[in-house]
Amino acid sequence: MDQHEKPDFEQLGDQCKKMRRQIVTMINRAGTGHPGGSLSAVEVMAVLFTSVMRVDPANPCWDRRDFFFLSKGHAAPVLYSALANRKFFPEEELLTLRQLDSRLHGHPSSECTPGVDMSSGALGQGLSVANGVALGARLNGTDQRAYVLIGDGELHEGQLWEAAMTSAHFRLDNVCAIVDSNGLCLDGPLDEVKCLGNLKAKYESFGWHAVEIDGHDLQAVYDAFQEALRTKGRPTVIIANTVKGKGVSFMEDQVGWHGLAPNNEQLKIALEELT
Amino acid sequence: MNETIAPREAYGKALLKLGSENKDVVVLDADVSKATMTSLFAAEFPERFFNIGIAESDLVGTAAGLALMGKIPFANAYANFLTGNAWDQIRISVSYANKNVKLIGHNSGTSPGQEGPTHLPLEDISLMRSLPGMIVIEPADGIETAKAVRALAENVGQAYLRVGRMPTPVVTSEDDPFIIGKANVYRRGTDASILANGVMLSKAFEAADILAGEGISVDVINVHTVKPLDSECVLEAAGRTGCIVTAEEHSVIGGLGSAVAELLVQTRPVPVRIVGVKDRFGLSGKMPELLDALGLTAGAIVGAVKEAIAAK
Repeated sequence: MDQHEKPDFEQLGDQCKKMRRQIVTMINRAGTGHPGGSLSAVEVMAVLFTSVMRVDPANPCWDRRDFFFLSKGHAAPVLYSALANRKFFPEEELLTLRQLDSRLHGHPSSECTPGVDMSSGALGQGLSVANGVALGARLNGTDQRAYVLIGDGELHEGQLWEAAMTSAHFRLDNVCAIVDSNGLCLDGPLDEVKCLGNLKAKYESFGWHAVEIDGHDLQAVYDAFQEALRTKGRPTVIIANTVKGKGVSFMEDQVGWHGLAPNNEQLKIALEELT
Repeated sequence: MNETIAPREAYGKALLKLGSENKDVVVLDADVSKATMTSLFAAEFPERFFNIGIAESDLVGTAAGLALMGKIPFANAYANFLTGNAWDQIRISVSYANKNVKLIGHNSGTSPGQEGPTHLPLEDISLMRSLPGMIVIEPADGIETAKAVRALAENVGQAYLRVGRMPTPVVTSEDDPFIIGKANVYRRGTDASILANGVMLSKAFEAADILAGEGISVDVINVHTVKPLDSECVLEAAGRTGCIVTAEEHSVIGGLGSAVAELLVQTRPVPVRIVGVKDRFGLSGKMPELLDALGLTAGAIVGAVKEAIAAK
């Protein structure tokens, strides 16, 4: 795969609904999992995997691929859904999430899932890895890019700020971070647990180009990635303002749905809302 | 006294040589390149040297990313901060993700001396040995350190190498083989087997000489690879001499002694005595003073051998 056409946003909107149905269904089937932070990142993941990243599902280890790292590893269901829709593995396999012999672990594993380049789940680690890939691409003289999805609560982890300095210091314009800014942590609202202050200003003061968007607006998401592509000499962060649990009325903006599986009745309502 | 070499000096030179032969070798450091002597590599290959600053966690993650791009990253920091501060990153981004990262823990054991207990890594091998798939190497001297650098580059996979700061006696020779996971038998005896690594190999030779003077004949075996342990060699020695003494510049918890005891207690129970640092932090003092004060001496090995023989 190489360059992409401009996406058909209507079609992409349908795909987002389908991804949300897959997310709630697979978590229901597994009985455990993290719907809230998976649903908030659907538009970002859909645009990335269909219209931005250069990958080859038939050859996941293609040596000229772009890289994606799910630093907020607990959002594995949205990653698996994006990979399945991009045909890295059959969509039916999504229903094996978290089962003993499944390739789809509770948190991503580069050792068993096609299209997953780095294991994650311990928060804070993705940006450092993206920087390493970006430095490697520079050494190799390729135009490969590294994308990393970070949770806003995850930004409590100090390593992400160590890494933010590294990206800027080495002027890694082939690094693009996306913050899924859904405003909720596990224990409560982010601002109550520990507030981040002015996130955009923080990144800018670290030497990044920062773009703030509505993370559920497909056009805005796409445009932000294009802006990142055009930005030279420094890394770009897309602060995607999102709603945790987006698309399912009773999950939206509810702390309790961070890591809770819907039961069969709740699933039925969710699927009706997502048709 | 034998010739001495600082392992870090041998490391720095070996890395420079490796870098000239293999363009995929890249080096990362945590603002200690003058101490780790990766500065030699940095001066020659600045485009392949990345100073990540005082950020061991970020250093390890960045190395994992470079490995994804087909590079052979050598990630350098002081051993206690590398294995302690970046434990979670080593566990997930390197070990669980099975990335070809070479973790180099510097200022090992008592070699930081007067920096004091905060800077004395006496638990690093324990931490690294518990990770599935991690190769753990503690070279005996500068010569073996240089060989280990080459061996690690040629072997695809995660690995931890310990490098000391201060000059230590040269006890191996250029002609000795160095194979990862294969212990080297230097002396064969009949009464007991001493399994040692790092600076304690020189103490083991001293102990063997003292014991020979008293009519006690011992093996001296260099177990430079703590993991994977050369179980064939350990079991053969246990079978032949009937008792084992281990010696390491590390806590008695989780290092070479533990690895050997775990093997023997489940397969061939023989008396084992473990010479190492007895579940305590270090001290502030010069390296020879620390070795004495922490019980890392030829005398301690001699005593342990006699105890082990008596327990047969």
